[in-house]
Amino acid sequence: MKTTHLMAATALALVSGLGTTGARADDLTLCWAAWDPANALIELSKDFEATSGHKMSFEFVPWPNFADRMLNELNSGGQLCDLMIGDSQWIGLGAEAGHYVKLNDFFEAEGISMADFIPATVTGYSEWPKGTPNYWALPAFGDVVGWTYRRDWFERPELQAEFREMHGRDLAPPKTLAELKDIAAFFQGREIDGTTVYGAAIYTERGSEGITMGVTNALYNFGFLYENPDKPYDMDGYVNSPEAAAGLEFYKALYDCCTPPGSSDWYMSENIDAYKSGQVALQMNFAFIWPGVNADPNVGGDRSGYFPNPAGPGGHFAQLGGQGISVVSYSDSQAAALEYIKWFAQPEVQKKWWELGGYSALRAVVEDPGFATSQPYAQTFLDSMAIVKDFWAEPAYASLLLSMQDRVHKYVIAGEGTAQEALDKLVEDWVEVFEDEGKL
Amino acid sequence: MSAYSVTAPSRRQQWIAGVLVALYAVITLLPLLWIFTTGFKSPSDAIAYPPKLAFEPTLEGYVNLFTTQTRQTEAYLAENPPESWYEEMVHAKGMVIAGPSRFGERFLNSVIIGFGSTFLSVFLGTLAAYAFSRYRVPLKDDLLFFILSTRMMPPIAVAIPIFLMFRSLGLSDTHAGMILLYTAVNLSLSVWLLKGFMDEIPREYEEAALIDGYTRFQAFRKVVLPQAATGIAATAIFCLIFAWNEYAFAVLLTSGTAQTAPPFIPTIIGVGGQDWPAVAAGATLFLLPVMVFTILLRKHLLRGITFGAVRK
Amino acid sequence: MGETTIERAAKATPPKLARRIRGLSDRAIAWIFVAPTIFLLLAVNIFPLIWTIRLSFTNFRANRPNAEVKWIGLRNYERILTDSDIWLTMQATAHFLFWTIVLQVLLGFALAWFINQKFRGSNFWTTVIVLPMMLSPAVVGNFWTFLYQPQIGLFNYSVAFLTGADPTSFSMIGDTGLAPWAIVIVDTWMWTPFVMLICLAGLRSIPDSIYEAAECDRASKWRQFWTITVPMVLPFLMLAVLFRGIENFKMFDLVVQLTGGGPGNITTLTSIDLKREAFEKWRTGYSSAYAIILFVTVFGLASIYVKALNRVKER
Repeated sequence: MKTTHLMAATALALVSGLGTTGARADDLTLCWAAWDPANALIELSKDFEATSGHKMSFEFVPWPNFADRMLNELNSGGQLCDLMIGDSQWIGLGAEAGHYVKLNDFFEAEGISMADFIPATVTGYSEWPKGTPNYWALPAFGDVVGWTYRRDWFERPELQAEFREMHGRDLAPPKTLAELKDIAAFFQGREIDGTTVYGAAIYTERGSEGITMGVTNALYNFGFLYENPDKPYDMDGYVNSPEAAAGLEFYKALYDCCTPPGSSDWYMSENIDAYKSGQVALQMNFAFIWPGVNADPNVGGDRSGYFPNPAGPGGHFAQLGGQGISVVSYSDSQAAALEYIKWFAQPEVQKKWWELGGYSALRAVVEDPGFATSQPYAQTFLDSMAIVKDFWAEPAYASLLLSMQDRVHKYVIAGEGTAQEALDKLVEDWVEVFEDEGKL
Repeated sequence: MSAYSVTAPSRRQQWIAGVLVALYAVITLLPLLWIFTTGFKSPSDAIAYPPKLAFEPTLEGYVNLFTTQTRQTEAYLAENPPESWYEEMVHAKGMVIAGPSRFGERFLNSVIIGFGSTFLSVFLGTLAAYAFSRYRVPLKDDLLFFILSTRMMPPIAVAIPIFLMFRSLGLSDTHAGMILLYTAVNLSLSVWLLKGFMDEIPREYEEAALIDGYTRFQAFRKVVLPQAATGIAATAIFCLIFAWNEYAFAVLLTSGTAQTAPPFIPTIIGVGGQDWPAVAAGATLFLLPVMVFTILLRKHLLRGITFGAVRK
Repeated sequence: MGETTIERAAKATPPKLARRIRGLSDRAIAWIFVAPTIFLLLAVNIFPLIWTIRLSFTNFRANRPNAEVKWIGLRNYERILTDSDIWLTMQATAHFLFWTIVLQVLLGFALAWFINQKFRGSNFWTTVIVLPMMLSPAVVGNFWTFLYQPQIGLFNYSVAFLTGADPTSFSMIGDTGLAPWAIVIVDTWMWTPFVMLICLAGLRSIPDSIYEAAECDRASKWRQFWTITVPMVLPFLMLAVLFRGIENFKMFDLVVQLTGGGPGNITTLTSIDLKREAFEKWRTGYSSAYAIILFVTVFGLASIYVKALNRVKER
């Protein structure tokens, strides 16, 4: 830890030195996942190249290999990446294994205040240990699971009438998970414009993190907790409480009743395809897709609406996504990398970032009076970011995630055992992981 | 080898065989045809529900394959009108071309690494196979099985040691490193197949050459090699197919400079989701070199594969 | 044989020439030819293997470079061999291996046999059939998930067209009963041509004279098939099976792209499980032991198999 401190300080000295002596042009490589927002960042960064004289290169790795490839790079002390927009769950590992440069001193020197960012993103993307003012990243891209719905279908008078008769209320974006299921069931198998449509596309993917990122939206809202709030790593009775089991049962019921046939291994991209091709009335997905939905020739504009994850009997939460940007401690160009972060944190740049389709986490951007109406999904983004909760960010998060993928997919998709059994076993797996880690 | 005789199949037999083979070929071709046509669909036609048989062909997939695009503001778009047909295509979606994609350079890497390692594995394989075929190499059977066994280790299992080794040797993410690695993986196949071919070449030819005053080495070069050409061609095709398409090592061991196309193609991201037409376009283009190579060497492949790995 | 050849050649040639022939001794040439191969394989394959064996006795984790590495003896091996989940992945692998080989051998041999009837256009159709093999497995897996989509996929529509069933009534990837077959179908589609090509080589290596002799003995076609064709092709077929077997035991990218190992763990083959241990949980020591167990398994099976192959060849 001391060494990273030292490095940050040296880097800092370099930055301030550079400010006066004029720039030494560096080649910076920024590593991120290969997806929509990453391309927007290329466009945005042209401004940085012009003002700083540094040259930016980008290494975008596809999501399914992103973690393997990048963690392998970090673990071996690789110098490929100077800047890393790593997944929020890596922060514990990045901090404890010394992959990331601690940014506290740099923030202080440059007058960057974490209070200027949406609190949930600071906790989610920057802090380790959580809840302490130790920063390892600058919130770069806010993201959260929310829902997209076919407004054009919802507004059809004949469907409105039928739904009201059936449920005694309007066909409108749901306020609770139970309502959401009613709506999904209402559309399931229905004939619309000559084709059979289905209720909802939800996350069910097995291979990486898909079904976990989906099922937590039900679990949290039924009362699932990762651990005893008063006693860290005490999970029995929280992870597998009867409420949590009810949440898991709800997700399976939703999968069984109201999703398209064959949607057993779906994540972001499959859900988008199903929604854009008019197969489903509702789509669960991360907010990053909303600009694309809004611009789509078939379902864009007024034809789609957005709503945050609905509340459940045990609370109102949504799964956090998104990432912070960190400086890799093995980089030779730390000074220039820090310069990039300083540039990126500026309000004007953040504003432009939002315009290009990047979800800025800067409060000055999202709290601007014009923000909520700037895009049809802006308000939903704000509402969703207010209720986020994240998966474990422990250094061992990957093992925790793998167990959850395994247990949940077995129950929800393959139909093995009961929800209670699945969660009981999950507790056993997690206890084993934390014992291996020496935290239990 | 195929002289007509009493054993020649009858017309009816040939006809039935032809129909069955053609039927299988058509079925097997359907998915490929579907990939090929998807390359010319618009993104929304590619995922149309219900699926579309008739569609308006477009080059959008190919444009997306070769460019990186980003969303831009209305104002910016109005200020910078499109200058070419492909820019117009991109502008229509509210986006601009931020630069070329990395498909070109990845494709080039594939060509260098694929053909480089194919050459090397066939070259080394030929030498080793000749030695195993003609000389009394000590522990011959054990060495041959050792060579085969190098193919048995799952790439995932050795990836970490190889990664660390390459890094310390400076081979990580270099063309040379990948060529050596793929050569090593292909050598087992290459040696085993080629030894079979060599076994089939009658020794009398070389003996005659030796009597004519050739050295052993000259005899190998001027007599054996031309005889083994068919076998070498067939082996080269199999080696190229492997090296060309390898995925696991490419993902884990390469990044900016030496990454090949297979890790790139399936992950081309369009607006939001996967850009199926661009992926299909990439898959189609990527198939071409191997296809051409195979067709060029087809005669050898069909005839030459008579490797008698079979006779010891 | 080689020795006698050169000896004979040496005796038959004048001394001056003989010296030129012996310019390099046979032993030297043999070593010069074999050494590069052996050396490269030792460097790229054996060195990592030894490293892996060493790691397999430790609790090393590649993502904790600073943690203390402890020598834990056979603990990793013990844990793996007593883990019931690993036996399930072995079962999934066995199912995949068995059926892909059975189907590819049957289809590949039948196709080769038909093509060997030398009907007009057989060369063209052969080239067409070989195409799937040339695609990248990762791309193939990616596209087949699309083909298997009940709502929009070609596969379900084709089956529906042939059987009259509703295309959305079944899901190849989502159904626990069908998923193991979904991966078998794709692998068979892709690799049958490999087996076919090798069988074809075998068929073409049978001299017509043997059939002619059988014809003179008035052996029925059926008898000729079983007493001549099958035994003569068998060594080729076995070699094809050997390489397909080794490849499919390591099968990873195709299945990962297709099913991710799901539903549940139904299609989690051992190498997928191994990848999770090695590159997601980063239990390097544990996964090294796992890899060694797999390697020893394949090595053992293959050496038995190669012995059988040699026996068949000698017959």
